[in-house]
Amino acid sequence: MILTPEQQAILDGEKGEVLSKVMKTLVMYGEAFGAEKLVPVTSKYGHTVISFGINAMKPVYDLYDQILSANVEFKQKFTADPLPLDPNVPSSLLQDLVFKQFMYKQQERYEDQLRRMGITGSKDFTCACYFDEVGNIPEKGDVLSWAESSAVSYANSVLGARCNRNSGMIDIMGSAVGYVPYFGLLTDEGRKAPWVVEVKTSARPEAQLLGSAIGMKVMEDVPYIRGLDKYFPDGLDADAKAYLKDFGAAAASNGAVGLYHVEGLTPEAVEQGESLILDGAQVYVVDDAELERVRASYPVIWKNPDAKPKLCFVGCPHLTMDQLIDWTEKVEAGLRKNCLSKVTVPTVFTTAPAVVEEFNKGPYGWRLKKTGVVLSYICPLMYMNNPLSKKMPVITCSNKLRTYTSARYYTESEILDILTGKEAE
Amino acid sequence: MAKTFKGRMVVPGSGRAPALVSHGGFNTLASYQSALMFGDKAVKCGDQNNPDIYKKSLVNAALCLPQTIGSTTGGMVFYAAGALGKLPAFMCFSKPIDSLAAAGVIMADVWTENHMPVVDSLGDEFLETVKTGDMLTLSEDGTVTVG
Repeated sequence: MILTPEQQAILDGEKGEVLSKVMKTLVMYGEAFGAEKLVPVTSKYGHTVISFGINAMKPVYDLYDQILSANVEFKQKFTADPLPLDPNVPSSLLQDLVFKQFMYKQQERYEDQLRRMGITGSKDFTCACYFDEVGNIPEKGDVLSWAESSAVSYANSVLGARCNRNSGMIDIMGSAVGYVPYFGLLTDEGRKAPWVVEVKTSARPEAQLLGSAIGMKVMEDVPYIRGLDKYFPDGLDADAKAYLKDFGAAAASNGAVGLYHVEGLTPEAVEQGESLILDGAQVYVVDDAELERVRASYPVIWKNPDAKPKLCFVGCPHLTMDQLIDWTEKVEAGLRKNCLSKVTVPTVFTTAPAVVEEFNKGPYGWRLKKTGVVLSYICPLMYMNNPLSKKMPVITCSNKLRTYTSARYYTESEILDILTGKEAE
Repeated sequence: MAKTFKGRMVVPGSGRAPALVSHGGFNTLASYQSALMFGDKAVKCGDQNNPDIYKKSLVNAALCLPQTIGSTTGGMVFYAAGALGKLPAFMCFSKPIDSLAAAGVIMADVWTENHMPVVDSLGDEFLETVKTGDMLTLSEDGTVTVG
């Protein structure tokens, strides 16, 4: 790799041993992929995937202490993934004890580190940092030092920014020195598609099911998706962006997709069309039967598969304001239809702290509360990752949550039916 | 009869260990999170979607995989596992290493004293040949011998 004199000086230790190791990490990381240079990070803000302070990750916080004690001056501020704890979310006394006394003992230490390293604000903990209410929205072509698989996927695909699927810690190191290695999804060639996906379903496919199917098939490759744009006649509007947010999160977690192109919809597909498809690209056809096959492959790991759900999470990744309003209206209508006043399963909708605040200012905040649904900024994944929660029969329409936890997947309409008592008819 | 495969060393080193084979992508977070969080010394794989290795111990094994998949915490998880001495004996990727795994093994190499040899680009035939329990020998030139 050829470094600029400034980069070489950092690597040589002129700005201290710790920054030299940060630079060495980025150089080795790039060299593993044949990168020939480091390029400047051009986005205003970074985003880190780590927002939790757990004992198992103590080595990570120890390393951050090294960076902080070396007085490294960060080149950019950053947002972070959702917080793991929210007292509003239903939990037992035992869970509270396990969360606070055992699992998240490093939380205070880590949040203090984030403040000192440069988190943008106390409300900027969300996996959807690109929401208007949060404001970490890169420009098309911006080079990012982000991690969080769903955010990277969204930034690359929907916003046209350029970011590799960086790991947690690499994100912080890139924000610290202001450079990232130039390879993969940063390059024009790396953004071309070795897969063509033909969507031939009878109706608009469930976003998180389609994303799961494509992720499992193409793994980390870039898919060029045909046949989806017809469901979005108004182009890349709020509905399409919310759909792609959920689709991308499933493709990134059920596989490792960091960038996808949707014909006629996403910015690079609109500009460059089929020139994005590599010669000899493989073809994957997704029809109703294929989605059913994929869904049937999901294991149910509840001890009692017929157990009544004890908790429901909607909003992994975090819900947009429009999605929250839509869910509120649908839950209200479903309850009315079934002569109920409250949801039948304790339910948590999750979104960014700034959206929670904004939503609760308007009438929908009160209306949602009346249905019994709790609105939270929590990370459902973090809530689920302990033996007590693992034993709970939790349901979700998030294929990301299903992948990483014991939560059971249902489509959005099935979740709505369960919450509003239709199942009991 | 022993069979050999030649790959590229990502983290130099050598070793000998029984194979643990994941034919699908290795989901680092899903595989490690329970074991790391609750101090499972055997580090049993917690990824319910990976029947090849679900509930099997990841330590002291030669983990054979195509690539890693899933959350971008993956590299950090490898780094923490490395710092805590809970990584496999070595890793054999049939495909070129992915960005998350590379970040993790490189961070462990640069920032800790614990190094895990990693070889990639062994080819699809490697994963078709090697079976869980086969004894693997990794040489410093990137040659993996099965059997």
